[in-house]
Amino acid sequence: MIPAAATRSETAGSLLEARSLTRILPAVVPVTLVEDVNIKIERAEFVAITGPSGSGKSSLLYLLGLLDRPTAGDMLIEDTRTGDLSSADLARLRLEKIGFVFQFHFLLPEFTALENILIPMQKLGALPAKSQLEHAEGLLADLGLEDYLDRRPAQLSGGQRQRVAVARALANSPDLILADEPTGSLDSKATEQVFDSLQSIVKRQNTTVVAVTHDMELASRMKRRIHLVDGRVDYDRVQP
Amino acid sequence: MLLLKIAATHVRNRMRQTVVSTLGVALGVGFSVAMASLMEGSQRDFMTTLIEAIPHVEIRDEQREPAQQPATVLYDAVAFHGLRPLEDLRGIRNPTEAIASLREWVQGEFAQRLSGQAVLRYSGQDIGMTLVGVVPRRELAVSKISEDMRQGSYEALDTTANGLVIGRKAANRLGADLGDTVILTSAGGIAKRFKIVGLFHTGVTTSDEGLAYAPLKAVQILLEKPNIINGISIRLADIKLANAVATRAERQLGYKAISWEEANEGLMEAFVVRNAIMYTVVGAILVVAGFGIFNIVSTIVHEKARDIAILKSLGFPETDIQQIFVLEGLVIGILGAIVGCLLGFGLSSYLATVKFEVTTDIEMTRLPIHFSYLHYVLACSLALFSSGVAGFIPARKAAKLNPVDIIRGAT
Repeated sequence: MIPAAATRSETAGSLLEARSLTRILPAVVPVTLVEDVNIKIERAEFVAITGPSGSGKSSLLYLLGLLDRPTAGDMLIEDTRTGDLSSADLARLRLEKIGFVFQFHFLLPEFTALENILIPMQKLGALPAKSQLEHAEGLLADLGLEDYLDRRPAQLSGGQRQRVAVARALANSPDLILADEPTGSLDSKATEQVFDSLQSIVKRQNTTVVAVTHDMELASRMKRRIHLVDGRVDYDRVQP
Repeated sequence: MLLLKIAATHVRNRMRQTVVSTLGVALGVGFSVAMASLMEGSQRDFMTTLIEAIPHVEIRDEQREPAQQPATVLYDAVAFHGLRPLEDLRGIRNPTEAIASLREWVQGEFAQRLSGQAVLRYSGQDIGMTLVGVVPRRELAVSKISEDMRQGSYEALDTTANGLVIGRKAANRLGADLGDTVILTSAGGIAKRFKIVGLFHTGVTTSDEGLAYAPLKAVQILLEKPNIINGISIRLADIKLANAVATRAERQLGYKAISWEEANEGLMEAFVVRNAIMYTVVGAILVVAGFGIFNIVSTIVHEKARDIAILKSLGFPETDIQQIFVLEGLVIGILGAIVGCLLGFGLSSYLATVKFEVTTDIEMTRLPIHFSYLHYVLACSLALFSSGVAGFIPARKAAKLNPVDIIRGAT
């Protein structure tokens, strides 16, 4: 389990907190991806991370999601410092608290839509097998995919795949959904479907969604917008 | 179960490569089993032939250390010079009493012998022979010579005072045949007529050309050793006790007692070397099969890099990723081992039916195959170990993959 007590922060309350987060890619000429980012994200927020290409949006998202480790600074999840945690502890945190949605669905191709959602649930093992199945079917039904349970990713459209990916991200009822260009490869209709899905998650399940997007129109519909330029936060504002 | 399910799905979706790798392991296991069955079969066959041909324990009228001279015993001297050593009379003293004392604690059959050198003459030709004086009934209880008889009978020595049983090859060299009378001359110059009452063929040339059996009394007369024997042969009820019986008998009687294992020490060592070579070859075959598994698991790791990133993003730790790919190697290994066991059994069974002719004296014979579950256990263990290692190397690489690098590469 996560050694939480030993690494509790003094400030309490935020779901997610980045403190002076810096990520430098080691190379002959080191590349700074993210530099001195300080942000706090609360529960049930719907946050857009925007910025031009190469501004460090995805890199920041991977750091927030504990997929990557910062070169400097620290990440706190529910006030738990993650810098000193082992990779196994970080994996456990991801499993319990974080769901990812990537640009290209990233479903396991050999498994059906239902199996793709069941896998993280089986890994966590919080629910009995029957409840897992019911929960997975319910998630797919909520996203309008009740007729596609036994289809493999190759047998689904782009929008359907991405909604399966959203359902999978929700499988373990995480506190945080991190989406990296979730609508980047979709047409406008599918984009709307996926966006609506994410929006309803925030509203109905009190889950925080942080989404990287290029789409300014979509970003403008989210409650908060963090804009990056050259790896630094250019502005961070709540939108009307 | 979840990890196994993922591993099995990966393997199932690469059916062609899986089948090829599985066949690699199966051939390795199958041939290993068949080879081990054949090798152990031939070893056991040889040992059986050997054990049946010779006494389990043989007591000879010799000492392991030279007998102490009276002067040494009397004066406790370190060395003497200029004294002629006492000539000891060869032979086992009081043989009846010696055998009776052994019978008290040894379970088995006993036979007494007097062996010596003699020249066999027939139609102007001579052959040097080792002449063995036996009590036929006793000798038949400790040896399988009766099974090697080709003409006449061994038992005829009991009813013919000057009967002689010789090898058929020796008889052919002399031009003699069953019923012919030959002359045996001892080293002391005594000659005696014997009638050939039996011809044997053991397949061992030294015996077939140079060994002759005659009644003990007749040999004692010929060799001028009345009431003397120089060997006691023992056939034990439990052959495993041969060494222990030999040691105790030697201590008890004071004569050199040799177990069949000691008599064939060089041969036993040769078998150890042969087995070491065999298991090295078997191991090498399975290591080669392991390379096949290494190849397929490495390919899967390469192709499944994106899946590894997905699983890591879902919260699967490195140990899980490693286990998935080790399991993939083991799944192939287990499948290969199962098929290999069936193949090995089939091959061994087939080899056991193959007939061939060795010599004109021995009729059609079969390859000696020994079926033992240990061959299967050993081959499967080696195959699984090889599969595990073959899976582990790429699995470790898979576990170390950075998911961010893979996700960046895909987007």
